[in-house]
Amino acid sequence: MPPITVTQDLVLAVAELSQLNIDGADIDDYAVDMTKVLALVEQMHGVDTSGIAPMSNPTDASQQLRADEVTETDQRERFQAIAPETDGGFYLVPRVVE
Amino acid sequence: MQDWEIVIGLEIHTQLKTKSKIFSGASTDFGAAPNTQACAIDLGFPGVLPTVNTRVYEKAVAFGLAIGATINLTSVFDRKNYFYPDSPKGYQITQLETPIVVGGSVDIILKDGSVKTIQVTRAHLEEDAGKSMHEDYHGKTGIDLNRAGTPLLEIVSEPDMRSAEEAVAYARYIHQLVTYLGVSDGDMSQGSLRCDANVSIRPMGTEAMGTRTETKNVNSFRFLERAINHEVERQIAVLESGGRIRQETRLYDSDKDETRPMRSKETATDYRYFPEPDLLPIHITQDYIETVRQQMPELPEAKIQRFVRDYDLNEADAEVLASTVALADYFETVARVGGDAKLAANWVRVELLGQMNRDSLTPSAESLSAISLSANALGMLLARIKDGTISGKIAKTVFAALWHGEATDPDTYIATQGLTQVSNSNELIPIVDSVIENNPQQAAQYREGKTKLIGFFVGQVMRQTAGKANPQQVSDLVQQRLLD
Repeated sequence: MPPITVTQDLVLAVAELSQLNIDGADIDDYAVDMTKVLALVEQMHGVDTSGIAPMSNPTDASQQLRADEVTETDQRERFQAIAPETDGGFYLVPRVVE
Repeated sequence: MQDWEIVIGLEIHTQLKTKSKIFSGASTDFGAAPNTQACAIDLGFPGVLPTVNTRVYEKAVAFGLAIGATINLTSVFDRKNYFYPDSPKGYQITQLETPIVVGGSVDIILKDGSVKTIQVTRAHLEEDAGKSMHEDYHGKTGIDLNRAGTPLLEIVSEPDMRSAEEAVAYARYIHQLVTYLGVSDGDMSQGSLRCDANVSIRPMGTEAMGTRTETKNVNSFRFLERAINHEVERQIAVLESGGRIRQETRLYDSDKDETRPMRSKETATDYRYFPEPDLLPIHITQDYIETVRQQMPELPEAKIQRFVRDYDLNEADAEVLASTVALADYFETVARVGGDAKLAANWVRVELLGQMNRDSLTPSAESLSAISLSANALGMLLARIKDGTISGKIAKTVFAALWHGEATDPDTYIATQGLTQVSNSNELIPIVDSVIENNPQQAAQYREGKTKLIGFFVGQVMRQTAGKANPQQVSDLVQQRLLD
């Protein structure tokens, strides 16, 4: 696969997907950096990984499971004290319309 | 007109019946005040780490065993990234590459009695999101995160269904199964089981799949049927007018009875899945699976067969009585206490379910434990029919009193209301004689051969005894006295 060249449009599309508000003056620099990152990934694709199981975690340990018990108490007041806006126990956020 | 084939796959999200959440020790109780059951882990505070609830594994494994699936001895949680205020972490922890349950199948029975096998692709564990309220917050959205982190098992089927009827039969089967297993309480009014329907159509006889749409969050079987049928009609109309189907997510609006686009795919998100770094892979052993298997309750099909075999019921009655574990247990208690399974089956099916239906109750564990009429009391009532203390007709009166909570013990009620069947001939003969004496014309006609009039006399006697006499005995006595 030929190396991907990241264009200005692709930078803007990725920024939107990532919910990032980027400075227009930085777009060219991002494009150069992202092209380099993808080139590195491309280089890693050259490694023969056939027969190697994917590693989801570097340790061999197994996740310990927790008993099904309620251990948390209501701390809504403390959490909501630092929320920008609340009403009747609800957190308020800018309107989300589906 | 082109003939279209409908292709449906379902994703069923079922909330697991646990006390605490999948990754935190916050309560999963339904209906609490907003955000009182959302802890720092559910809220995605910096520095917190998830821990896995052991019970969600037991339930997922039990479900997998019940559908004959493969249980993965190693399963891994993955992070699905998306940006929405009902998920404050900015991602959902789910299972993508290595879910706990892979494969399996269920057999559904269609209205014409035929059986169809639906393949299950996979079932994976994940966390539920919070709830968004779009009204009443003066232009803002209110967020309740009590539901965030509630354990879900998402059951994904193959696109094996060919009609809304099949999809509903499959969803009902899954609902019955998870309720039987105690995997979920199955309370759809509280969102314990929600369906996403993937629907596409293709010209009959062709193989290539059409473009599908996903209709999200359908929370009743009736709506599922209507949502699918509407989506099929919409797709046919689009294709037959020369348009093409856009792959999109749609929402079923039960008020307007229509589906409409929910999210524009123009800015389609890439979920950027990757293995959840905060959780290690989970390894389980074959011994663990066997332990879960041994603790599994009797499943619907086995129960139906046992009812047919042990109680000599017909298949249709057995199916109705085994529709929920609670109803099956209720019936078995009535049969044991009453000493007659067929009588018990008849009364539970006709009288109890009839009365519950009139009161808009379904035979769930909650409603059967809430009603005044206990299984024990109904069993005792049937025992009194069997031993001749009361007639079936009087039993219905007692049933009504028990149902309405006017009495709890049938024997006490029968005694205090004087409902005991009059079977003593010495008591009945004077009544029979007076009826004959007061109706000389009918008596004469009977003696001339109009024997059908026997019904008239029996009716009169039954009325005078307020239904307490044994009708067969009355009939015998009337004939005897008329011909004397």
